[in-house]
Amino acid sequence: MDVKIERLRESLKISLKGELDQHEARGVLMRFGELESQALPARCVLDLSALGFTDSSGIAVLLGLERRVRDAGGELTVVNIPPQARRVFDAAGLSRVMRFE
Amino acid sequence: MRPINEMTLTFPARSVNEGFARLAAAAFAAQLDPTMDELGDIKTVISEAVTNCIVHAYPDTLGSVRMRCRIYPDGRFEAAVADSGVGIADIEKAREPMFSTGGAERSGMGFTIMESFADSFTVRSRPGRGTTVRFTKRISPRAKK
Ligand SMILES: Nc1ncnc2c1ncn2[C@@H]1O[C@H](COP(=O)(O)OP(=O)(O)O)[C@@H](O)[C@H]1O
Ligand SMILES: [Mg+2]
Repeated sequence: MDVKIERLRESLKISLKGELDQHEARGVLMRFGELESQALPARCVLDLSALGFTDSSGIAVLLGLERRVRDAGGELTVVNIPPQARRVFDAAGLSRVMRFE
Repeated sequence: MRPINEMTLTFPARSVNEGFARLAAAAFAAQLDPTMDELGDIKTVISEAVTNCIVHAYPDTLGSVRMRCRIYPDGRFEAAVADSGVGIADIEKAREPMFSTGGAERSGMGFTIMESFADSFTVRSRPGRGTTVRFTKRISPRAKK
């Protein structure tokens, strides 16, 4: 799984590419760990347009990132969610606890 | 009803096999000419079931996972995913949303997702002997798509 973290002028953009499962989740969470030490911009966007597949491991990954961003005083928006991922997140009621666009 | 085709795979409980298992199941299910959504549902349930064997069944050893897939003349896909690991003492509790004995990358939503993505879903387990989950997914006939 490819994790791309880009600092734009006033926001942070994270893009995930590939399939997200338990095998990949640990590495992704570790990449998010790098964010902790840095000052996070208030706006954080997670772009899932290249996410080929996710299972419930993706739920833990999204919740972990959302908590990290919120603790830093920012807000996370998840964008371009593919249909398969959307079904997984909906089954867990994720849209009630974070922002989907 | 007798299956028109079936396959069984046995592999070690290594996380690298999660992707392999859902691709193999999807390739087999392709014989029923499923839609992308139906295939996505099958891959999701397989991924959850196989991951549970890998993450939870064998805390101290490297055990194996067995996946058997069948297709039926009425267009049903069926899979059984089994381990011979520690088993689950309280299945009802394990199936509750957000219940997990796992780490930070676990959400406790695996069983909830399997239940909602499959048409039928059962869990059998005996402590010390292992766990088998079984599910079916109806694939709609092509003419109706
Ligand atoms: N194959 C298995 N062997 C042993 N325990 C299992 C197995 N599958 C599930 N469990 C137990 O059921 C709990 C819930 O499983 P699940 O809903 O998939 O959530 P998660 O995998 O995120 O913990 C697990 O945390 C584990 O305690
Ligand atoms: Mg699970």
